[in-house]
Amino acid sequence: MTSLDTHSDPIILEMRSITKEFPGVKALSEVSLRVKAGEIHAICGENGAGKSTLMKVLSGVYPYGSYEGDIVYQSEVQEFKDIRASERAGIVIIHQELALIPELSIMENIFLGNEPTKRGVIDWAEARTRSTELLARVGLRDHPETPVKEIGVGKQQLVEIAKALNKSVKLLILDEPTAALNESDSQHLLDLMLGLKGRGITSIMISHKLNEIEQIADSITIIRDGKAIETLDVKADGVDEDRIIKGMVGRTLESRFPDHEPKIGEVFFEVKNWNVGHPQIQDRMVCKDSSFFVRRGEIVGFAGLMGAGRTELARSVFGRSYGRFISGHIYKDGKELTFRNVKQAIDARLGYVTEDRKTLGLNLLDDIKATTVSAALKKISKHNIVDANKEFTVAEQYRKSLRTKTPSVEEGVAKLSGGNQQKVVLAKWMFTDPDLLILDEPTRGIDVGAKYEIYGIIQQLANQGKGVIVISSELPELLGLSDRIYTIFEGAITGVLDKDEASQESLMKLMTSARKTALPSGNLPEPSGQGPTQ
Amino acid sequence: MNALKKLFGGNTRQFGMIFALVALIVFFQIFTEGRTLTPGNVINLFNGNSYILILAIGMVLVIIAGHIDLSVGSIAAFVGVSVALAIRDWGIPWYAGILLGLALGALIGAWQGFWTAYVGIPAFIVTLAGMLLFRGFNQFVGKSNTIPVPKDFQYIGSGYLPEVGPNTGFNNLTVLLGLLGVAFVIFSELRSRRNAQALGAEVPEGWVVITKLVLICGAILYATYLFATGRPGTSFPIPGLILAVLVIIYGFIASKTIIGRHIYAVGGNRHAAELSGVQSKKVNFLVMMNMAILAGLAGMIFVGRSTASGPFDGVGWELDAIAAVFIGGAAVTGGVGTVIGSIVGGLVMAVLNNGLQLLGVGADLTQIIKGLVLLIAVAFDVYNKSQGKKSIIGMMMKNFGRSSEIGPDETTSTKEAIAKGA
Repeated sequence: MTSLDTHSDPIILEMRSITKEFPGVKALSEVSLRVKAGEIHAICGENGAGKSTLMKVLSGVYPYGSYEGDIVYQSEVQEFKDIRASERAGIVIIHQELALIPELSIMENIFLGNEPTKRGVIDWAEARTRSTELLARVGLRDHPETPVKEIGVGKQQLVEIAKALNKSVKLLILDEPTAALNESDSQHLLDLMLGLKGRGITSIMISHKLNEIEQIADSITIIRDGKAIETLDVKADGVDEDRIIKGMVGRTLESRFPDHEPKIGEVFFEVKNWNVGHPQIQDRMVCKDSSFFVRRGEIVGFAGLMGAGRTELARSVFGRSYGRFISGHIYKDGKELTFRNVKQAIDARLGYVTEDRKTLGLNLLDDIKATTVSAALKKISKHNIVDANKEFTVAEQYRKSLRTKTPSVEEGVAKLSGGNQQKVVLAKWMFTDPDLLILDEPTRGIDVGAKYEIYGIIQQLANQGKGVIVISSELPELLGLSDRIYTIFEGAITGVLDKDEASQESLMKLMTSARKTALPSGNLPEPSGQGPTQ
Repeated sequence: MNALKKLFGGNTRQFGMIFALVALIVFFQIFTEGRTLTPGNVINLFNGNSYILILAIGMVLVIIAGHIDLSVGSIAAFVGVSVALAIRDWGIPWYAGILLGLALGALIGAWQGFWTAYVGIPAFIVTLAGMLLFRGFNQFVGKSNTIPVPKDFQYIGSGYLPEVGPNTGFNNLTVLLGLLGVAFVIFSELRSRRNAQALGAEVPEGWVVITKLVLICGAILYATYLFATGRPGTSFPIPGLILAVLVIIYGFIASKTIIGRHIYAVGGNRHAAELSGVQSKKVNFLVMMNMAILAGLAGMIFVGRSTASGPFDGVGWELDAIAAVFIGGAAVTGGVGTVIGSIVGGLVMAVLNNGLQLLGVGADLTQIIKGLVLLIAVAFDVYNKSQGKKSIIGMMMKNFGRSSEIGPDETTSTKEAIAKGA
């Protein structure tokens, strides 16, 4: 690869008016992107803005023909059928979830699917020489035969890059490369990216960490709601974090929310000094000394970037269904709750709607009526025998009141659209009649019309005096819906803002920094013998 | 064609396995020149397969929950020999022997359930170990000898309903049983129809229901006739009676109770079930334990039928039971299956076995044919589901058990559908 100065055409990649639709959702709408050869090009946007989708289109995960628009790479229109096709052209994507095989060694991973052979037999000597050389290039000093499971995430990221270099990469795409890394590993990776740039390798980097982008990117394209909003030249435009945030969130709030007059009562639910460890990794914490409270009739938002620990917090509170419980207290209506499993949490009238409907929320083999009653079978049973008539009646009631679009409640949930599936899940939890309902990304993958209806349902629940926690990656959604918003960063609650003081900018600041403001605590009567709350 | 579709709920293929069973019976009836549907042969068929069908009942629950049990044959053999020894050496009465056998089954089941549910070892491994363990125990405690059981114990394996009441030329109790069966079928069909109407759900047209009832009742009455007119001293066999009772109980548990719902939920999506408050460990423990109890029962019935316990009882039973369950429409990935479907699947295998024997086909060829039937039946099911059609057993079973099918659409890829349907 020659250096970019001698290159006649400095544009290595141009994506022209890319449009990609999923059933019911337009993920990308006429997105154009121009990447100059040899630069580091950052793509910014909120969760769900379409960044990853765009990269999947580019790398052939969504093959040619499944999207509209053109990909012009090295001055030719490309029609990638799959990832292998894009890799042959020198485009390598490194996903957020690393694609390494833990049981294999560093060397075996580098050459996986690309093994050097001699007369049809893998040439390990050659592989060893080459991997040593590649590891030196990425600055990894571990032995090539170390199993990947024995090295940390930061080093694994480097192995991924070595793997990409082995494929003679020209355009390297990194999706959230530093999301799982600590400070020094992140810095090493950023330095390495600058080093690769010096060798003429172009990088596209998706990141939420704006300081990193500011540090290494040459230009930035901002994507919002599936549209490319603007491309900034970092040096020429004097871009800083505030400028990027403005671009990311600069959308006007239309009346996307039903009118709602909150009727907020007293504090009835409180979590104090909640500490939870990662389920597998020994010394990693997913919740750090978190304290929060909910009032009756209040909709409380939880804002945080992906991986900040929002879901982990919610699930660990909901019957310790995630992580290793270390310490903390939960109070409801003045009494401490000490449940150890989900059943006890449901009995204590808590509900939790998962962010991932298909893998955690629904049994896709079930029909609507069975799903509706599945968390509260006792309510329609006598002597442990399920009353099929009551089941049908209950499901019908919710179908009507939530306006679920389905020919019948005997239809399988797998056949419903995302929005209707979510209504069935909501019905399931409403039927358990919880005092506190936690909704994790309640509108993910749902079209705008259904979103509006689901907001209405959430507000209705609050009006009935229930506490509702909404976890969402979409800040406008939180701002439009919540009465109060907590922000989470790296497992810790970093702030709480009332509806009036919260804005996308103020939230984004709290969500991306470890700065801790003093948190007001709820004033639940506290049993004696408890430590002071902070 | 249209009429058939209405009768069987939109798709004739849903009826496939029952249709295959009927076709198989007709085929053998013709080619054995009427030797298939004789009272003697039908009674023999039930006697010789009831213990496999009992295993299939337990096995379908295990498979719905997403596990497998390879140890059932060994457990049956171990329980059989233990009971035979207890009766011979300790002189306990036959009913105490049965209770002992069931308790021993429960104990073994608790052992396997503990490893599977609470330690988290895959059931395949736990029961593979169990297969070796309990076969070894059988031969250890029985010293690889044949141990006879007394006459009254043999009744559960080879007894018949007694002759009572006036001489009608039929076995009166068998006739009574048949009539009760018919009454039950008609009553439950009409009741569920009334309920559905009251709730405003869709109900099939009258003639569809009537035709369906006539077909089912006709089949029951014909079977009654065969059982009631056997050679003197024979009638509806006791193992068949035990089986019938178990089918009703377990069919009810699977489709109508909370624990039944929980079994399907755990097999369908364990994480979702747990986040809905289902205690999946408890469910897994119970299905494994239940399987071992039924295996113990099957072992005792077999010992009763063969008048003695031996070191090689129950060899290969696990495979017959598993085959029955999969022919009956269960999914390898769990979450799908019905008790009645598994019984139909088991009967298909039994009729095939029996018919080929009557035709004088050797054991070698019989195995080849059975293997192919298993493969084709499941392949057919998988293919149907990948085409978005409903399961073979499908809607027909709605009154007896739960049917769960998914078709590919925007939220489920074909691959997922195949995986669930296999």
